[in-house]
Amino acid sequence: MKNSRRTFIKLAGIAAAGLAVAPKKVLASGGGHAPVKVNATASHAKHWAMVVDTTKLHTAEAIDELAKVCHHIHNVPSIEGKKEVKWLWHDTYGHSFPEQENPHLAEEVHERVFPLLCNHCENPPCVRVCPTKATFQRPDGIVAMDYHRCIGCRYCMAGCPYGSRSFNWGDPRLNLDLANLNPEFPTRMRGVVEKCNFCVERLAVGKKPACVEASNGAMFFGDLKDPDSEVRKVLREKFTIRRKPSAGTEPSVYYII
Amino acid sequence: MLELALKGSKRYYGWIAFLLVLIGIGSTALVDQWINGLTITGMSRDVSWGFYISQFTYLVGLAASGVMIVLPNYFHSYKTNKHMVIFGEFMAIAACIMCLLFIVVDIGQPTRMMNMIFHPTPNSILFWDMIVLNGYLFLNLLVGWTCLQADRQHLPHPQWLKPFIYISIIWAFSIHTVTAFLYQGLPGRHYWLTAILAARFLASAFCSGPAILLLVMMITEKFTSFKMAKNAVSTLVKIIAYAMCVNMFFFALEIFTSFYSNIPGHMHPILYLFEHASSGLVTLMWTFIAFAAISITLLVTPRFRNNYKLLPWTLCILIVATWIDKGLGLLIGGFNPTPFETITSYWPTTKELMVSMMVYAVGALVVTVLFKIATEVKAEVGHSQKLDCGCSSEDTCECAPEESPVEA
Repeated sequence: MKNSRRTFIKLAGIAAAGLAVAPKKVLASGGGHAPVKVNATASHAKHWAMVVDTTKLHTAEAIDELAKVCHHIHNVPSIEGKKEVKWLWHDTYGHSFPEQENPHLAEEVHERVFPLLCNHCENPPCVRVCPTKATFQRPDGIVAMDYHRCIGCRYCMAGCPYGSRSFNWGDPRLNLDLANLNPEFPTRMRGVVEKCNFCVERLAVGKKPACVEASNGAMFFGDLKDPDSEVRKVLREKFTIRRKPSAGTEPSVYYII
Repeated sequence: MLELALKGSKRYYGWIAFLLVLIGIGSTALVDQWINGLTITGMSRDVSWGFYISQFTYLVGLAASGVMIVLPNYFHSYKTNKHMVIFGEFMAIAACIMCLLFIVVDIGQPTRMMNMIFHPTPNSILFWDMIVLNGYLFLNLLVGWTCLQADRQHLPHPQWLKPFIYISIIWAFSIHTVTAFLYQGLPGRHYWLTAILAARFLASAFCSGPAILLLVMMITEKFTSFKMAKNAVSTLVKIIAYAMCVNMFFFALEIFTSFYSNIPGHMHPILYLFEHASSGLVTLMWTFIAFAAISITLLVTPRFRNNYKLLPWTLCILIVATWIDKGLGLLIGGFNPTPFETITSYWPTTKELMVSMMVYAVGALVVTVLFKIATEVKAEVGHSQKLDCGCSSEDTCECAPEESPVEA
């Protein structure tokens, strides 16, 4: 490598030019007012809610199919065993509604399996306990996460009465099909918690959540505060229950029985 | 005063070297954890806190327990304790450091831990726990160090320190209360969701903490010229006895409330721990009950309580009992049954235990260095020293010099 005076002066010139540009770059990235515009096609609501019609959607196969769609578009790693990560999955009546079981429940209902996901509670304990605001409630009711702020203390997992949260015990990419990632959604790094996000990234471009779209009309999604919305119409007409009402969290996911 | 920790016997250096070796061995597991993540632990989606957090919880009790020596001294002018106070404070420093280390090794992204300060969140109890633990560490460093320095210079303790001392006494209760609030405010965890948890934490802390401190002091006496005043020891043992009784009384209240009310959520974790868990865990939980009963029997019977040959064993039994209860069962019972009313067993992995050993070794190192400094200063100024007859210079025994050393 030749270190002549000439190359030194060249490098110094480049460095000086860089310094001249740098302050503007710092201003652009640090202002906190990035020029972000809301997508004109985005869907809005005062409080998003989901209604699952379990008379139509109640088999493990059908729910797993939805989970596959969800886990693919959100790059959720597939891990076997106790350290699994999942956003949407199925479970039995007794596991889903432990407080609302009785030994003589209608057989047909008792034999159904139920899709489980984050309840996006109106009064979420996970948001209450998070020490960094990495888990937060958006004005539209969705309980969202900032995976870059999460310190991985897992207090939210202890706080969630629904077991809706997963932790990346190891590097999630080790359990992802890297050739088949969804490039439109980030993967996570190890050491952070993750969960269903009610497809905020799809709502932002006017789409419905992926599971709702793939459910063939067995799931409804809409504004709980709008009396004319589809979810309110369904809730008016059908008998629904929510998971663990005694926890006082006011889940935004309702199940038609 | 730090220079006092640098001069020591071969045995002292040997012990320090041994601890450093333990820290070195444990740190290999920690490096593994940093490279591969918490996947090396036995924790899971359902049991998402484990050995680290339970050790943290147990040690907060040790940190708080020094107040059982400090409080009588300052609030009741029980001056028999005055030469023991520094050891309570120094033990609290070591315990706080271990607590903070157990949190740091438990979090998934340790490099981001300052997010708790950059984005302060007062609605999170963990935020407050961080505040009270660091605050308690600071208060004990300030009070302990200043008092010891004043002693060394034969000066009275400075007046400006008084408010800090009183604050630190109240603060001691706060650290364990806040730690209990971490648990007892969660809606889905029945084993923790009980108003008496904070009180039980304090009771368990005020028996196990002084027991650990007394054991460490007995070892300290073996290697230094320091000798605890007999009255101070007997008072502390009585405090341990009362606190253990209260602790088990509170536990009995839990049992009554759960089983008389017959509420499934309250009964299930207890039934799991004492009946349905793996045989190893069930045996441990019953060991807790048996050891608690034995230690209470030995502590409330004056003949056994005042038998100083038996006392170390009594204290060991008590420590094992309280540790199984709070350092193991509390966490496992809190997460089982899971929110789905299922069972996910948990047992720490070897690597998890190695990292924990490392943190404990760091704590032992801090205790060693601080106690070395404190005992050297006590020897320099002739406070609470061992006499030829085996008494302490603070005791009023026949062999004691007629005039006790001039109070500094």
